[in-house]
Amino acid sequence: MARMKFLCDAERCIECNGCVTACKQEHEVPWGVNRRRVVTLNDGLPGEKSISVACMHCSDAPCMAVCPVDCFYKTSEGVVLHDKDLCIGCGYCFYACPFGAPQFPQDGAFGLRGKMDKCTFCAGGPEADNSAAEFKKYGRNRLAEGKLPACAEMCSTKALLGGDGDVVADIYRNRVLKRGKGAEVWGWGTAYGKPEKGAAPPAGAKS
Amino acid sequence: MKRFLIAGVAAGLVLGLAGCGEQSQVTVYKQGQYQGKPDKQPWDNAQFKNDRAAWDNAIKARSSGQDEYPRVAGK
Repeated sequence: MARMKFLCDAERCIECNGCVTACKQEHEVPWGVNRRRVVTLNDGLPGEKSISVACMHCSDAPCMAVCPVDCFYKTSEGVVLHDKDLCIGCGYCFYACPFGAPQFPQDGAFGLRGKMDKCTFCAGGPEADNSAAEFKKYGRNRLAEGKLPACAEMCSTKALLGGDGDVVADIYRNRVLKRGKGAEVWGWGTAYGKPEKGAAPPAGAKS
Repeated sequence: MKRFLIAGVAAGLVLGLAGCGEQSQVTVYKQGQYQGKPDKQPWDNAQFKNDRAAWDNAIKARSSGQDEYPRVAGK
């Protein structure tokens, strides 16, 4: 049984926000709601690192535990989804989530909170697959089309991986073992040419 | 007087019948159990025709396609 997971490789993420844009476009997410966002540590300093963050579809999801109306459910693929018809917009899930995944659209005057919205792993919700009602409430259901989340598939550097946890972990493990560093970095020779045999390395070259 | 009596009885009947059709609007929540609508499986649709293996293969192919190492010749 597949267990759907996201994995973001901080060595590869270039903070392009392509994943954020892909998500917004795919699901027509309203202003003020960010199902996915890129977080950068030590922004502007040498060695800054970025990762793309959204709902991590926790195995033991705290949002499910605290919801007073029990509107969350977990699919057989391990995707955490919720029923917006039941959600009362209390915000408990937002406080419980360690990733800040639950989002609340402004609904009406005085900043009234609407029903919770979050990443669905592009799996829609409890409406008929790819129906107008499902798209309006939860966005597109790519999983029912045999596709992975738009953010992961759009990632230009493949920093963000999505899919079956075992497959994603294998890809990442293989990558870490092979990628090297400096001039040994995988793809360096293809991009910048291999050094001529016997030639001294240019001054200031990477190790 | 008789007219008022008939009107009163008719109004009472209408109100009584309306009461019969009233549904409870108070939801009773059970702690710890999903209370919403049931969701279908992602392979239960016209594209995959309830064939879970076909869906699994489609997802596996997409997942594996994220790895660029095997795509490079000689790797």
